[in-house]
Amino acid sequence: MRVAVLRFPGTNCEFDTQYAFEKLGHSTELVWHEEETLPREIDLVVVPGGFSYGDYLRSGSIARFSPVMKAVKTYAEEGGKVLGICNGFQILTEAGMIPGALKRNNNLHFISKHQTLCVINNDNAFLNRCEKGEVLNIPIAHADGNYYIDDEGLKALEENGQVLLRYSDNEGNPVVVNGSVTSIAGVCNKNKNVFGLMPHPERALEAILGSEDGIKMLKGFED
Amino acid sequence: MTAIVNVFLKEGVLDPQGKAAHHALDSLGFDGVKDVRIGKQIVIKLDAEDKAKAEAEVKEMCETLLANTVIEDYTIEIA
Repeated sequence: MRVAVLRFPGTNCEFDTQYAFEKLGHSTELVWHEEETLPREIDLVVVPGGFSYGDYLRSGSIARFSPVMKAVKTYAEEGGKVLGICNGFQILTEAGMIPGALKRNNNLHFISKHQTLCVINNDNAFLNRCEKGEVLNIPIAHADGNYYIDDEGLKALEENGQVLLRYSDNEGNPVVVNGSVTSIAGVCNKNKNVFGLMPHPERALEAILGSEDGIKMLKGFED
Repeated sequence: MTAIVNVFLKEGVLDPQGKAAHHALDSLGFDGVKDVRIGKQIVIKLDAEDKAKAEAEVKEMCETLLANTVIEDYTIEIA
């Protein structure tokens, strides 16, 4: 695979993301936010984590107006796969490419820890190597990860199988981590080619560092 | 001309900062606090003569950037 990894002022997970995909045998390319086009013949665009534009105004609210985001929107509209991790998820919701919004965590804390997640839907290009109901251990690190969507929006997400992951205990029962509506940790768009999640699969590739559950998540895009 | 924009989380969307401030006020002994909402105020200096035109422009700013209407409401005052 060829993976384009976006980079905004304040992004700080771009090298981890490159490391992750390269470790899995793929080639990556950093793309600066001022670029108006994406590299040719790519298989995936990743909007990595960090603090684009210092999280000023709202997390992701300014990055979404970057020239490169226009290209990403067009790429996604043509069916291209896009993955937003953490700040990338915030940017994609602000851009309207994924429904809902991310608010300040309910406890107002920056939460940084390993967290278990339950796979809710796997009939998509991202989680197809995971089982429904499987529990994954993936690090989270965010202050604005409190996912909000209104009741009608939630119903639509559930009906279309767009809920990807929920924060859970070891048995897969939902737990409250940051106040997200129904403990949602990740969702996708209706066409199931734009994915967003607060947890960091790119930080879970080595058992010695706590978990390697991120591998099967990222490898999903190979199929 | 100056536009004062107030952005708040929508009614029904839990405001964690407001809730924390509410708890703090309660524990400081301020009785009778029913609800606290925390928002942000954005003051914009405009080079404009026409009030209605300015208001329309600020509304567009709010819809485009200043508020996320999925979770936030806003008010505009032109002075």
